[in-house]
Amino acid sequence: MATVPASPPDDTTAEEPWADFRRALLDDGILLTTGVDGIYGRSDVYESVVAAVDRLSAAAGADLGAVNLRFPPVMPWATFEKNGYLESFPDQMGSVHSFRGTEREHAELLRRTEAHEDRGPLLTTTDIVLCPAACHALYPTQSGTLPVGGAQFEIFGYCFRHEPSTDPFRMQSFRMHEFVHLGTPESARAHRDEWIGRGLDVLTGLGLEAEAVVANDPFFGRPGRMLAANQRFEELKYELVVPVFSTRRPTAVSSSNCHLDHFSRPFGIDTADGELAHTACFGFGVDRITLALLDRYGTHPAGWPAGVRSVLWP
Amino acid sequence: MTVDETIRQVLVEHGRLAVPVESLADDTDLFGAGMTSHASVNVMLALEDAFDLEFPEKMLKKSTFESIGAIRSAVTEMTDG
Repeated sequence: MATVPASPPDDTTAEEPWADFRRALLDDGILLTTGVDGIYGRSDVYESVVAAVDRLSAAAGADLGAVNLRFPPVMPWATFEKNGYLESFPDQMGSVHSFRGTEREHAELLRRTEAHEDRGPLLTTTDIVLCPAACHALYPTQSGTLPVGGAQFEIFGYCFRHEPSTDPFRMQSFRMHEFVHLGTPESARAHRDEWIGRGLDVLTGLGLEAEAVVANDPFFGRPGRMLAANQRFEELKYELVVPVFSTRRPTAVSSSNCHLDHFSRPFGIDTADGELAHTACFGFGVDRITLALLDRYGTHPAGWPAGVRSVLWP
Repeated sequence: MTVDETIRQVLVEHGRLAVPVESLADDTDLFGAGMTSHASVNVMLALEDAFDLEFPEKMLKKSTFESIGAIRSAVTEMTDG
């Protein structure tokens, strides 16, 4: 194993339930702090578990014949304009900026940077945003009419949510392995329901005490509380939660979601019958499952129970 | 404008309904008439502006805004209370 340099001093306070876990991850070199909460370097030990969890995620849907796609961790702003993310999660978005100014403005940018002053006014937006969920890049590519029986996709990718925290489970930049279905209202709901079981099988197969609970997304503001209430009332989102830390706090490591026509309407995706399609996705939170294993079994995977190791590395 | 007229005006401007507002009965399901969750949020905010009130947390749910009658009950409860 490569030697990992010591992490910078850590300001985690003792009362946070994740303090001990975070300290173990950093002290043992599993994660490396970068100076920004929720943005970490990852060791080869961590990545070996991620790779194994990702293989298990893929295997869980291997029988579906899903089309396997990859998108970059950035996507067009135009997708954001249409898919409602800006309405619901403006505080979580990541917008990519660059510099388009003059030499004089460049000098001012450098001066402000050196003085730690706000650089914002000197930067301009690009037509790119950070991808908030692996499947969001898919829908604009599927405009038109679906085949009979709908379509299935498998997508792995980096996601970004701007919610800085010292909780290792709340990374700002993390990976999701998703299985997405585009079809009728009935087939979308069936996908969502069936994947709750498939997901639980993967997690319990690793000895994690997972259960499915009705959940809501963290919609922004007071209007968001109404959207969240609607989402719960209609049971559109289920999270698979695992107890973590000494407090056994339930923490979501995967989710299964019905989007109704939220994505099909703006991007014009129809079923073979000419009706507006419905979509659903299941996302394995690959980083969170990895962290749940490190929390459950400790930060030295070589010493994990043989039964768990044989599932991860058959 | 009466309370009902104001509610109907808000629905015209923010409800994104698939049918004319004049065709709605007191108990017509607005979500069934094409109002999306996002549109219902805009209706909620517009009602707050129109009646100069703020819906409490317990009213921030779908059933509060499911029909003209339900909206009137909520608005009346708050303006009378």
